[in-house]
Amino acid sequence: MNYNWDWGILFREPYFDWLLTGLGWTVMLSLCAWVIAFLLGSILGIMRTSTSGTLRFIGTTYVEIFRNIPLLVQLFLWFFVFPELLPEDAGRWVKREMPLPALSTAIFAIGLYTASRVCEQVRSGIEALGVGQRNAGRAIGLTEKQIYIYILLPNAYRIIIPPLTSEFLTIFKNSSLALTIGVVELTAMTRQIEEYTFQGFEAFTAATVIYSVVTFAVMFFMRLVEKGSRVPGMISVG
Amino acid sequence: MIEIKNADKWYGNFHVLSDCSTSVTKGEVVVVCGPSGSGKSTLIKCVNGLEPIDDGEITVDGIVVTDKNTDLNQLRAKIGMVFQNFELFPHMTALENVKIGQMKVLGRNAKEAHTRAAELLQRVGLKDHAEKFPAQLSGGQQQRVAIARGLAMDPIAMLFDEPTSALDPEMINDVLDVMVELAEEGMTMMVVTHEMGFAQKVADRVIFMDEGHIVEDAPKAEFFGSPRSDRAQLFLSKILSH
Amino acid sequence: MTDFDYGIIWNNLPFLLEGLQVTFLLTILSVVGGIILGTVLALVRIAKIPVASWFAAAYVNFFRSLPLILVIFWLYFLVPLLLGRPVGSFYSVLVAFVLFEAAYYSEIIRAGISSVRSGQIAAGRAIGLTYPQTMRYIVLPQAFKAMVPVLLTQAIILFQDTSLVYVVGLKDFLVSAELIANRDQRLVEMFVFVAIVYFSICFAGSLLARRLQKRLET
Repeated sequence: MNYNWDWGILFREPYFDWLLTGLGWTVMLSLCAWVIAFLLGSILGIMRTSTSGTLRFIGTTYVEIFRNIPLLVQLFLWFFVFPELLPEDAGRWVKREMPLPALSTAIFAIGLYTASRVCEQVRSGIEALGVGQRNAGRAIGLTEKQIYIYILLPNAYRIIIPPLTSEFLTIFKNSSLALTIGVVELTAMTRQIEEYTFQGFEAFTAATVIYSVVTFAVMFFMRLVEKGSRVPGMISVG
Repeated sequence: MIEIKNADKWYGNFHVLSDCSTSVTKGEVVVVCGPSGSGKSTLIKCVNGLEPIDDGEITVDGIVVTDKNTDLNQLRAKIGMVFQNFELFPHMTALENVKIGQMKVLGRNAKEAHTRAAELLQRVGLKDHAEKFPAQLSGGQQQRVAIARGLAMDPIAMLFDEPTSALDPEMINDVLDVMVELAEEGMTMMVVTHEMGFAQKVADRVIFMDEGHIVEDAPKAEFFGSPRSDRAQLFLSKILSH
Repeated sequence: MTDFDYGIIWNNLPFLLEGLQVTFLLTILSVVGGIILGTVLALVRIAKIPVASWFAAAYVNFFRSLPLILVIFWLYFLVPLLLGRPVGSFYSVLVAFVLFEAAYYSEIIRAGISSVRSGQIAAGRAIGLTYPQTMRYIVLPQAFKAMVPVLLTQAIILFQDTSLVYVVGLKDFLVSAELIANRDQRLVEMFVFVAIVYFSICFAGSLLARRLQKRLET
């Protein structure tokens, strides 16, 4: 194999800077998308388990649409197609005046996609509690809203900490898709380093190490959160 | 107090309640028994509207449960219910379980709720377990907390859906003792159970259900002495021979 | 909404179908390869063989922490280098997919095997079968039957993941559509068409998986 090893290249300018910048965009993208995914996903999960048939239908439709189209295609739809479908003024704003269009679109697209997954986690958490909890709440006269706030959600969220962590990490990995619309996140940066220096091994190893370390760190942190939130005697599921 | 008139209910094609009519007057203790699948649990869940009926009318303290305009939440605040599987809220301590209904539905402030909750836990014999979580309590203890939770709402009636069926034998009496006390204090109670000893002790009337029908509805003495239907006789002979 | 021109889809149908073929081919080969490699990994982990089991676990955790795009870039760069000669992007991508998806399949299969009651293994050993035989004739057949819906669901995910070959320009369905879109300046029609096609296939697939799941539970 004909290859010139040069691990030092990762620490030389401007490549080191590129790596840091890429990592910065990746983290920023992931956190913003996660906020959208968590909030919207929770609302959808509540909708899918509510007693209102209409709300359930809306939730189910949302999930089916967003889960059956590849994320990359969704990204392209938001970035290339959506601005064209807006009325003229709005379309022009999105195309010209919106700040950081590629990044915003990526955050929005990945957030909405992951919301459908978070919805399913919240739904299974609530369903795992069973009808009995809901009935017990109803039997003492709590309204549906109160039942969700005081009984279902506090329990459901505790149960689904592991799968929710996994959804966050999925966002972190999916952030790499943003490179297709021009966001210079971590993977894009390492590809750029490879193209400039031909030191592919080193470049991709850098990305690999960073993704692995972040994954490990997040899981470790989440295990602490899970322990801290545990109710004495309760065993968490999943 | 509780009036059930011609209640009918279907689960798909299965006729789970067939033209059921009965009533429970204030201070009365009515025991509902029967084989599995007879509809007794469903019947009691219809009283506080947890399950809707397809036909007929149910009234509690003058409020029509089956009326669409009835505020069921307010009604349920007045009726206590105890479930077979206890259904305590696992993320709250025993005390918090008993407080939450008071605070969020009755609007009592935290101090009032706390005092009342502590009182009730003492009454069911669990004063020292107030700060424990359900998973740290035995089945019998959990069920007693559940009874306290129902009583915290100062209900006009208490419904019990097979309260001891999920308990180990040693704990059944602890729970039944609490229920007997309640009955002797004059609480209106409707109890679905297999515990005929309890029925013989405190019931005023016994209802026997089979395949969705109320087959027998008689005062205690008559029921145990000379039940009219063959089905009830058969059931009694099997259950009392234990 | 600008004038929607359906003709563009109709006129380029052969080209699009070729792209769809590539997508399907890549999916099927990756599913097969992923399941085979995934099964090996799962079995090695369950058998608790010293060193090998540790490697299998490390493999799975490693690939599950990486974005698929990065793995595609890795193999796209590495395969020609290792072979010493240029290689079509299809093969690099295929290797990337098999290696990547095997990690996910291995978890599904591991869970499926664990769900077969341990009494079954004991019963198999008790009639004299060796451990590999017990696995092959008793445990795996039961495990796979239970896993079919989940494996199908993962295949649908893989089918969607193939769209990522975009980053190395492999002419799959999405890339083919995009080429036409850019050539004729018809992004809206093409991307909406792509979305509808993917949705239809994936939705049908998920209904099938759900039907299979229901059949299993009865």
